[in-house]
Amino acid sequence: MIPWFAISAALLFALGLYIGFFVAPTDYQQGEFYRIIFIHVPASILSMFLYLIMAGYAALGLIFNTRLSAMMATAIAPTGALFAFVSLWTGALWGKPMWGAWWVWDARLTSELILLFLYLGFIALHASIDDPRRADRASALLAIVGSVNVPIIYFSVKWWNTLHQGSTIKFSGTTMHIAMQQAMFTMLAACWLYAIAVVLARVRSIILERERRTQWIAELPEVQQ
Amino acid sequence: MNLDIWMRENPLAYIWLGSYAVAFIVFAIEIAMVRHKRKITLQQVRLMRDAGNEAEDEEMA
Repeated sequence: MIPWFAISAALLFALGLYIGFFVAPTDYQQGEFYRIIFIHVPASILSMFLYLIMAGYAALGLIFNTRLSAMMATAIAPTGALFAFVSLWTGALWGKPMWGAWWVWDARLTSELILLFLYLGFIALHASIDDPRRADRASALLAIVGSVNVPIIYFSVKWWNTLHQGSTIKFSGTTMHIAMQQAMFTMLAACWLYAIAVVLARVRSIILERERRTQWIAELPEVQQ
Repeated sequence: MNLDIWMRENPLAYIWLGSYAVAFIVFAIEIAMVRHKRKITLQQVRLMRDAGNEAEDEEMA
């Protein structure tokens, strides 16, 4: 499954970049700088969704004591952190020419920065406890408590008077050019497929590491090579 | 100041080098780390298996 997700992600990245840079027109207000959104928006969406999925798996592991759920949460955290970093980085690069500043203490930006710290806190907490089951439980609590930040990120542009603009694509419709939408949704799909491929690859190593003393691991073809 | 002028004169280079190149380098580093972790973990598991086999052989002897 992993190679299929990875190849599909690569193809969609290529298609999304082609549409975004060669088909989508230049924005009349922002010029070429708006093209950062084709990576910025998918990275931001992924950073929030991956956190919710991570917190969901962590909660499942905590409630039902399922080992695989905790392993999935552990595998998702680094990818989520990287997407949060890419979101903040590309946002800063867009902010400089548009707002005249790399960073402002705006509600959307600050809550996204807190999300990055929550991911890093989850990874650090998990790594600091030697017993994996205890580490799972402690970091699960952090993930669950931290999930309150995700709706804050999403609604921050509505609740507060922020410099960051509100949603351009709404359920009621959008004024965005069709080629811009196609590029953004293609890149979003590519980011999803990439995240699935990387998380599955990482969880495979985590399972191998944690179950290394079991008989079924010793019987795996890749172990017997 | 120089960067301000450069980015306005070369917006596409600014976007590519600043955003997309950085994002794809981040993805490439993540893929490399995942592959490395897989390789190391497999090596550890094989070493443990070999150590277990040797212990069994010694017991048999």
